[in-house]
Amino acid sequence: MREIPVSRLTETIERLCIEANEHLPGDVQCALRDCRACEDGEIAKGVLDDIIENFEIADAGQVPICQDTGMACVFLEIGQDVHLTGGDLTEAVNEGVRRGYANGYLRKSVVKDPVRRQNTGDNTPAMLYTEIVPGETVRITVGPKGFGSENMSMIRMFKPSAGLQGIKDFILEVVETAGPNPCPPMVVGVGIGGTFDKCALLAKKALMRPLDVRNPDPFYADLETELLEKINTLGIGPQGFGGRTTAIGLNIETMPTHIAGMPCAVNISCHVTRHKMEVL
Amino acid sequence: MERRHIELPLTEELARTLHAGDQVLLTGTIYTSRDAGHKRMCETLAKGEALPFDPADATIYYVGPTPAKPGQVIGSAGPTTSGRMDAYAPTLMSVGARGMIGKGARLPEVVEAMKQYSGVYFGAIGGAGALLARCIKKAELIAYEDLGAEALRKLYVEDMPLVVVIDCEGNNLYEAGRAEYLRTHKKACNSVDCV
Repeated sequence: MREIPVSRLTETIERLCIEANEHLPGDVQCALRDCRACEDGEIAKGVLDDIIENFEIADAGQVPICQDTGMACVFLEIGQDVHLTGGDLTEAVNEGVRRGYANGYLRKSVVKDPVRRQNTGDNTPAMLYTEIVPGETVRITVGPKGFGSENMSMIRMFKPSAGLQGIKDFILEVVETAGPNPCPPMVVGVGIGGTFDKCALLAKKALMRPLDVRNPDPFYADLETELLEKINTLGIGPQGFGGRTTAIGLNIETMPTHIAGMPCAVNISCHVTRHKMEVL
Repeated sequence: MERRHIELPLTEELARTLHAGDQVLLTGTIYTSRDAGHKRMCETLAKGEALPFDPADATIYYVGPTPAKPGQVIGSAGPTTSGRMDAYAPTLMSVGARGMIGKGARLPEVVEAMKQYSGVYFGAIGGAGALLARCIKKAELIAYEDLGAEALRKLYVEDMPLVVVIDCEGNNLYEAGRAEYLRTHKKACNSVDCV
């Protein structure tokens, strides 16, 4: 049994919140540069040039890439041979978020109650997911999630008879409906299977996977490629001004589901798809 | 494409010279407001009271910036989704506010109000908060401090890069730009170099 004080999680999460908001992951940078090379319209090229210059300014100047520094989604994969000591785990995670958003000059975008809407003032609580896995390490992923794109996400409980075609049509429908609102070019996270709740979580997890890593199942790897190509024929383009690059990536995560169902969730993200991981 | 320099205030004459698809560099004084600020401004007007700024020919930027670090004018400051302000925008145009800066689609009633009051909807690049912050030379909190990031600020911007998305005749770049791309690219690029 390995002991890890929860204060180490607090310190790590503080740092990951700041780093994730200032430094765009390399795979996302790469995808944006590749897509810039494929555009021929003046406005589309100009928008992608500005987007690239923006993440370079953020990277060099240590300012947030986007003013929507998001809700802090925190994923903890906790080895079953780890004993977390020295305090309450959830509070330790929230303290990390609190410090990260204060010390990193990040925006506090969380309201205490969804209807009465008073700001919590410190961007807590984190959206915390814990998973017990084999081993004696703790893997921490922080993914700040903006809501311009989150608001364009959808889930649908399909009948199995809808088949693969039903899922393909739905994903394209969600992107089409989102249009210019989620700051395209987008990243599309898809969850298929599980229950209503697990399906949505799969879609979120799909956004944490690098854009240049395909689903290990060739069936879904091909589907990822096919759907991204289809999305990039819709013509929505960068910022919705028209162009090829409507999305820079599409990841699918799946799990078993019930004989009566085929849930599909589409979690839309923007070109500022941020995540930062560290193992303790 | 050449970017046209324009200076605020956004008079009706100036508004009428701007067309959907124009790329502009905007200089002058603008005001920031988003969801909670718009709700409060409309409540103020409903009570017959004055807004915290003179709305005549004013331009409102839909933004909630990150806090400024020491030595900075403002933090990251890109646009938020404009559709959430659709319920309030016609009311503000009815008292003289003419320019709106944001991102994303607008409802038909907003476009109708733009035609009626010669309004202009500019798109700033969503997610380019670090780049846009560089154009903001002055920032002053003028009202609603309790709203935090949503407080009302007066900004002075220089050469802020924007695109006219909807003009005062109701022409819409989101529709026209996409239609033009699809017309000229019947077969999209599927080369292996492209994602």
